[in-house]
Amino acid sequence: MTDLTRLTIAEAREKLAAREITAVELTDAYLAAIDSANASLNAYVAPTPEKAREMAKASDARIAAGKAGALEGIPLGIKDLFATEGVHTQACSHILDGFEPRYESTVTQNLWNDGAVMLGKLNMDEFAMGSSNETSYYGPVRNPWRAAGSDADLVAGGSSGGSAAAVAAFLCAGATATDTGGSIRQPAAYTGTVGIKPTYGRCSRWGIVAYASSLDQAGPIARDVRDAAILLKSMASVDEKDTTSVDLPVPDYEAAIGQSIRGMKIGIPKEYRLDGMPEEIEALWRQGIAWLKEAGAEIVDISLPHTTYALPTYYIISPAEASSNLARYDGVRYGLRVDGDDIVDMYEKTRAAGFGMEVKRRILIGTYVLSAGYYDAYYVRAQKVRTLIKRDFDLAFAAGVDAILTPATPSSAFAIADEALAADPVKMYLNDIFTVTVNMAGLPGISVPAGLDGKGLPLGLQLIGRPFGEETLFRTAHVIEQAAGRFSPAKWW
Amino acid sequence: MSVDIDTVKRVARLARIAVSEEEASRMTGELNGILGFVEQLSEVNIEGVEPMTSVMPMAMRERRDVVADGGIADDIVANAPVSDRNFFLVPKVVE
Repeated sequence: MTDLTRLTIAEAREKLAAREITAVELTDAYLAAIDSANASLNAYVAPTPEKAREMAKASDARIAAGKAGALEGIPLGIKDLFATEGVHTQACSHILDGFEPRYESTVTQNLWNDGAVMLGKLNMDEFAMGSSNETSYYGPVRNPWRAAGSDADLVAGGSSGGSAAAVAAFLCAGATATDTGGSIRQPAAYTGTVGIKPTYGRCSRWGIVAYASSLDQAGPIARDVRDAAILLKSMASVDEKDTTSVDLPVPDYEAAIGQSIRGMKIGIPKEYRLDGMPEEIEALWRQGIAWLKEAGAEIVDISLPHTTYALPTYYIISPAEASSNLARYDGVRYGLRVDGDDIVDMYEKTRAAGFGMEVKRRILIGTYVLSAGYYDAYYVRAQKVRTLIKRDFDLAFAAGVDAILTPATPSSAFAIADEALAADPVKMYLNDIFTVTVNMAGLPGISVPAGLDGKGLPLGLQLIGRPFGEETLFRTAHVIEQAAGRFSPAKWW
Repeated sequence: MSVDIDTVKRVARLARIAVSEEEASRMTGELNGILGFVEQLSEVNIEGVEPMTSVMPMAMRERRDVVADGGIADDIVANAPVSDRNFFLVPKVVE
């Protein structure tokens, strides 16, 4: 029998519908793969085999009864940031020790309503704060990709490192992820997978542990563009419980795949051409431009002059929102408590023991930029610059640009415990330089694998769309995918 | 702008995070690195620019002013480290 874990969601859907395979068989194949691989990759922090088998059995019953949903019997991994009823939900932080919510996030509920099966909770950077999955309380995820001829462990990116690694290593058919500054697109690029951050408001944030509420957005990581489209359709919805979710019908994203991009206007922003950018990234970008041109798109040079300010703006706004959101972890209502002499001492000791270094750093920065005397100089100024960043995009789209093509990351995956990056937080932050602008402007962005670098590691291209232009992104990303081919790591684990 | 160790300790106190002398000292350096990095925003001309309040243009949705949920006190305290009969227990705050 062929390895069932190699099937894409679209392929598995067909075989399930044709009764060639059962949901239980498919789920068991993934559970066996997780069993044998997770000690090496550390992608799952809490596999849920019993729940998975139970859900798969129910899926088989619904398929037999002719009541199959859009994702019936498809086994998925869920980022630990999503609340899942009665199941480990800790944002990979020690401070949420033992937390098992009594409710389900809207996004995961949507997936279960469509028949999907949960395989378990996936590793991530603590509270989604990181670009390498190294801030997780559960330790780093190992990238299933290694440089040619090397056995050095590489990061899978972050914060959705577990999601990306699990998808790339065939430990789930697809995964949920979230993206505040690049946390879907950067790990997708580092693992040869497809990740889309939809427009702000497309997916409900209800039941997703909050990091920076004006930037956080859920999306899928998948093996190919079609699977990402299938997953996003199920994840997206308007939700009374999240007033920032948008009341627009969810299109059939899959229908966009295969449509021509002839006559489409693709913008190439000159500000993304960084000094000292590796030639391989430049070459990949040129290649992407050539592919889209061959497919009939019109390539236009554009300018997004405030690009360079997106990252510093992000590192004011996101910590500010985080310091407020994370105030709730006080040892009273859930999670960890460390006793103290009085209530303030209890708060301080609990938070000191429960939060990791990167989270503390961001809470302190956030508290500082919001404190009396600094609020206008930092926070209000950053919100004004954010207006200018968004205006850059508005002007490009008003001039007729349909989508913007950029590299997804400034490099391929780097080593775990890289000393230069560990010593300088700002250097690590620069990983998000191409992705963070998209969150600042609330736009949709997709990362699609486009080639391998000289070391044999995957690189991705990013497409940025108009608000709610996800269909355009799927359509265009599919053209790149057709030209570039697919990329899978050689199995060593 | 930069911070000194006393400022870091004061901010940690505001954020209710206990920090040791050594942590405070290390964080002073790291925070100054980040503050130095964001300093470049001071060169942007923001004259007459409105601060962003909502990234997608949308009217705040309202719902009917009715009770839509409740009666789930057991669920609310289910994850509390210490609770008693649907109360969260904390160290004494009133003498």
